[in-house]
Amino acid sequence: MVNDAAERPIRSGSGLRWREGLSRLAPFLGLIAIFVLFAAIGPESFRSARNLETIARQTAIVGMAALGMTLVILTGGIDLAVGSVVALGTVVIAIVLRRADAANLHWMAAAAAGAALAACAGCGWLSGWLITRLRVVPFIVTLGMMLVVRGAAKGLSHEQKIDAPETWLNDLLASLAADQRWMLVPPGVWLLLVLAVGMTLVLSYSRLGRHALAVGSNEQTARLCGVPVNRVKMWVYAMGGFFGGLAGVLQFSRLTVGDPTVAVGLELDVIAAVVIGGGSLAGGEGSIKGSLVGALIMSVIRSGCSQMGLSNWVQEIITGMIIITAVALDRFRHR
Amino acid sequence: MGKRFGATVALEGVDLEVGRGEVLALVGENGAGKSTLMKVLSGAHPPDAGSIWLDGAPYAPANPLEARRAGVAMIYQELSLAPHLSVEDNILLGMEPHRAGWIRSAEVRARAREALQRLGHEEIPPERRVDRLPVAAQQLVEIARALAVGCRVLVLDEPTSSLAQADVDRLFALIRQLKSQGLAIVYISHFLDEVKRVADRIAVLRDGRKVADEPAGRMDIAAMVARMVGREVRDWYPRSARPVGDVILTITDLAGIEKPAAASLELRRGEVVGLAGLLGAGRTELLRCVFGLDAVRRGQVRVGMAGGLGSPMRRWAQGVGMLSEDRKQEGLALSMSIADNITLTRLEGLGGGGWIWPRRQASAAREWIRRLDIRCRDTGQKVAALSGGNQQKVALARLLHHDVDILLLDEPTRGIDVAAKAMVYRLIDQLAAGDPSQGRKARAVLMVSSYLPELLGVCDRIAVMCRGRLGPARRREDVDEHALILEATRLEAGEDTNRHGE
Repeated sequence: MVNDAAERPIRSGSGLRWREGLSRLAPFLGLIAIFVLFAAIGPESFRSARNLETIARQTAIVGMAALGMTLVILTGGIDLAVGSVVALGTVVIAIVLRRADAANLHWMAAAAAGAALAACAGCGWLSGWLITRLRVVPFIVTLGMMLVVRGAAKGLSHEQKIDAPETWLNDLLASLAADQRWMLVPPGVWLLLVLAVGMTLVLSYSRLGRHALAVGSNEQTARLCGVPVNRVKMWVYAMGGFFGGLAGVLQFSRLTVGDPTVAVGLELDVIAAVVIGGGSLAGGEGSIKGSLVGALIMSVIRSGCSQMGLSNWVQEIITGMIIITAVALDRFRHR
Repeated sequence: MGKRFGATVALEGVDLEVGRGEVLALVGENGAGKSTLMKVLSGAHPPDAGSIWLDGAPYAPANPLEARRAGVAMIYQELSLAPHLSVEDNILLGMEPHRAGWIRSAEVRARAREALQRLGHEEIPPERRVDRLPVAAQQLVEIARALAVGCRVLVLDEPTSSLAQADVDRLFALIRQLKSQGLAIVYISHFLDEVKRVADRIAVLRDGRKVADEPAGRMDIAAMVARMVGREVRDWYPRSARPVGDVILTITDLAGIEKPAAASLELRRGEVVGLAGLLGAGRTELLRCVFGLDAVRRGQVRVGMAGGLGSPMRRWAQGVGMLSEDRKQEGLALSMSIADNITLTRLEGLGGGGWIWPRRQASAAREWIRRLDIRCRDTGQKVAALSGGNQQKVALARLLHHDVDILLLDEPTRGIDVAAKAMVYRLIDQLAAGDPSQGRKARAVLMVSSYLPELLGVCDRIAVMCRGRLGPARRREDVDEHALILEATRLEAGEDTNRHGE
């Protein structure tokens, strides 16, 4: 009897595991449900390959930024500067490209993207540095950085859109030409998928991922166990900035110009994607897969609504309700 | 291996030694200095004087991480695990074997298994998330983590307070096994029967001093209690004639979600009833259940003629007031003024139609400031700027301003100076006695305190709470400190299934 009382809760794991699995699948099931719903009630065009490709393209920017945001939110932090960082990325690319001569545009495009990534990662690193050194909460620091970076982007571009010569960067997220159909989706989407797999591996099998999770789960314990908490946070925000920069590259690909006023409010879409995908703003919960599914859910709704001729405001109300429902369901499961 | 401590404010010249393969138990009443000692050991507080030696080398950790690296691991009452991580990840947190930043999962698994095996608890699945394990298993994971970093001294602080009896037995078996592996173990507990069972040597702390340090075989429970108590009882508890009136509060078989497990009590006008017991016995939770702050699972609370359970709002309306033990977080709105805090629950009469006249509010507050001798600049001063004693008076003034009939006081003298304490004792006496000449009715007071002399001095009847169960309320004349400590630290078998099963 003694043994029974103590060991029963450990062994009765299968029921728990089943529920856990269901809770992990919930965002995915939600995505399928919403897709099936639109496929059933929406017009024929919703199901077309072309529309699916459009959905994938629209998801790519939010999804890319969400890779970094997932890591940030996993540590219990938040990064409100992502939208501004994306705008800065497009501006930096355009500025570098404008100085290029036609002869080596290929290389200059790569250099421009590299410069944008470095600038954006630098912004993220600065956020992390301020958070750990000044001991100000991430919400406030990144709220400030949102304005600082947006202002910097506007200053760099003299508050104007910057035209840039056409390069392969513009093909990253362009709709596929007829002879490229074999790729199914544009290269930018493939890049997102590859990096998503990479980040999943980082979260599961790297020390950084493990330590980020530990910091978000119980920061004091992490410190007690010798996890370099501050260094982990700086890395995490730097990576958040880096993925913001990649989102900027994709954004530039769609715009073909550097625009300092683009992506206003994008950070909220990104955070929503992570949260719909099971991320907890208290830290410790969240997954790359979930965040991508969250981003997809939002673009499916957007696409479905517009295909059905519903106005923008309807989409916004529905997306808002989905966010609240997703988190409420999550709380309910955890009780 | 030896340890020597010097003086801090809460500790005075305590010398302690613990050897390999030895279990040293530390006992003492609340506030005797045990927790300060723990903080010094874990590196959270530096000692003001004296030194600690570990294996012949000086040991002066600047923070808990250094203490851990030096081989001193603490297992606190509140477990410190990362709930979202798996068992194996928790055990190896901060020292994961890796190649170029990538964790070698197989080795993590193997080392976690090894640590769990050393505990003799291979049944804990290393891949399971920690928050999906029962508390007893979580505690084992924490001990496994301590072993995995190679700890030499294991400090256990009240490790059994949240365990069921079967788990306590298993923990003791484990402690004996670790002892035989050469670890030095410091065991801190309020439960004297447990101490007796597990310790090789027992040290008693009282008021920051070591008053006894003897082999366990030479000290029985009565001797421990005698050493823990032995202080002079100062006679500063006023006691007017307090005629007992009608029953005003009846608690019948009340049970909360976790605590209390079962509590029944009657409270009459003109009566002060004390709740004694250990920290975590469920006394605060009992008050909170009565006041409607915590959910009630079973049982009834009857205020005067009104039955049914209540919300804090309903209780205030019924004339029940509560003084929280956590003055700063819960009891007071620190950033608001004295006047705002005093009048918070009863704004009626301070203006009409939902408006508050500052002048009326200030004059109401001024009355209480005068009567309770609250030291402050003016009624608009923020409560945060006051001393602990004066803050407590403000919190009490709120109950008086509301003119409550029943006062639920949770540790009313915690952290306040001697003069303020005397004032609180006087006030409790006056409230319970009432004053017919001025038309003031006698009130009823239900008070929690961890300081036994205070309870014996102030109360008419005292009930002891032990592991969620409330004993009978006995007249003050019929109990003494010995009896109360024994009742509070009793380790009862057979009642644990109840707690564990929830």
